[in-house]
Amino acid sequence: MAAPPLSWKGSSPVSQAPAPSENPETKPYFDALRDGKLLIKTCRQCGQVHFYPRAGCPFCFSASTDWLECNGTGTIYAYSVLRSAKDLPVLAYVTLSEGPTLMTSIVDSPVNALSNGAHVRLVVRPGADGTPAPMFTVI
Amino acid sequence: MSIRGKACIAGIYEHPTRKADGLSLAQIHAEVARGALADAGLSKDDVDGYFCAGDAPGLGPMNMVEYLNLKPRHVDSTDTGGSSYVLAVGHAAAAIALGKCSVALITLAGRPRAAGQNQVRPAPAATADAPFEAPFNPVIATMYGAVANRHMYEFGTTSEQLAWIKVAASHHAQHNPQAMLRNVVTVEDVLNSPMVADPLHRLDCCVISDGGGAIVLVAPDVARSLKRPVVSIRGAGEAIKHSAGGRVDLTYSGAVWSGPRAFEEAGVRPSDIQYVSIYDSFTITVLMTLEDLGFCAKGSGGRFVADGNLISRQGKLPFNTDGGGLCNNHPGNRGGMTKVLEAVRQLRGEAHPAVQVPNCALALAHGTGGSLGTRHGSATVILERQ
Repeated sequence: MAAPPLSWKGSSPVSQAPAPSENPETKPYFDALRDGKLLIKTCRQCGQVHFYPRAGCPFCFSASTDWLECNGTGTIYAYSVLRSAKDLPVLAYVTLSEGPTLMTSIVDSPVNALSNGAHVRLVVRPGADGTPAPMFTVI
Repeated sequence: MSIRGKACIAGIYEHPTRKADGLSLAQIHAEVARGALADAGLSKDDVDGYFCAGDAPGLGPMNMVEYLNLKPRHVDSTDTGGSSYVLAVGHAAAAIALGKCSVALITLAGRPRAAGQNQVRPAPAATADAPFEAPFNPVIATMYGAVANRHMYEFGTTSEQLAWIKVAASHHAQHNPQAMLRNVVTVEDVLNSPMVADPLHRLDCCVISDGGGAIVLVAPDVARSLKRPVVSIRGAGEAIKHSAGGRVDLTYSGAVWSGPRAFEEAGVRPSDIQYVSIYDSFTITVLMTLEDLGFCAKGSGGRFVADGNLISRQGKLPFNTDGGGLCNNHPGNRGGMTKVLEAVRQLRGEAHPAVQVPNCALALAHGTGGSLGTRHGSATVILERQ
């Protein structure tokens, strides 16, 4: 899962909006995406992983968590194709190999390759808001 | 402590407009307030509790209280999206039960069509979740499409079964002169309508409309002094379902929690309910909610709704006899208000004769606000004719 060429600026008409990575709680997540990596969170106290990332654990409520780099694989939990969309028509929920399920887009995959349970691999692409986002392609 | 029997719905009003050109948002709030108070036989100055949600213009309830020139001693503007007005019925009943107010007014108004904003508003940028969703352009239709996709995958639910929900709504809407879509449609019509967001077709989606509605809740002694039929609040439940730290399960809604809370407070079971108003942003919303409320087993919703089972005077569980959001209206993209209004009409015996449930004494209204694909508020109320 090599990182694609990075040129996020100007990729979307809303790219002038403040980048969410300016949030100190999630800055490492967006910094990692720029390197083609997806980070989630693991709890130092209970060991459970969660997404979207918070400073504290949403399960045991400890304030102590670490970043965990995903291996970039997962399966499609659910999906839908927005027929009128020009960009990013496939909204999906992907269950990561590490456990959490996240909202994402499936890219670079024909519609007939989409199925529940299909194996997918991480690709980082500019999202609709112009920021780098974790998307997936069917393997 | 329970709210059972401690508050009654005395007045209701549904705005006739479906496209509010020439009407301001605040004006629609005032018109529905005027209509519901007149229905109850009460005046503006009787109101001592005011309820609205985040769509009301202004900061919380304050600007509308000023516009309406009210003097409330209790206010609440809790916003759980389209379910807010079902939730507000429970909150108003609780406030009345505690003596915090005795005449509670709930108003909703919206004019997305006149304003030309047919798209659902994006999530506020400042929320913690937005940076993890906004990049994927998650419009409401694809989120609900994904919910339907998973339901089909897990339980074998079919597009034909979902279509039956729209068919039932259209059977009811033909009798509602104010409904936006009055033509009776068939399963084939739904399946042949354009695909919007797989597996949802255009006719699986609700209408976008302007309009509004209002409810007046009162203490039982006030209700008995009025000339209207008394509809009592028997139970209410609410819940928020969300993505749970990544433990996403799209096969159920918050109704699995709000429903049992309402049934327990009411002391009744799903099999006792004679009429249901179920939030119908999409056909899948109805199917899943009926399962989650216990009207059928999880996963069997497709078989339950098929073959006209939701059509009044034909099926076993008449639903949304005004045509619902699928055919009648969806004021301000918030359908909870109209769900309560039609349930009250049924209990009063004031529904259209062609869809009136004979001797309707116990009804349920349920709202789902937000998105089944991310986070949503579920609110259930059980209402009884006295």
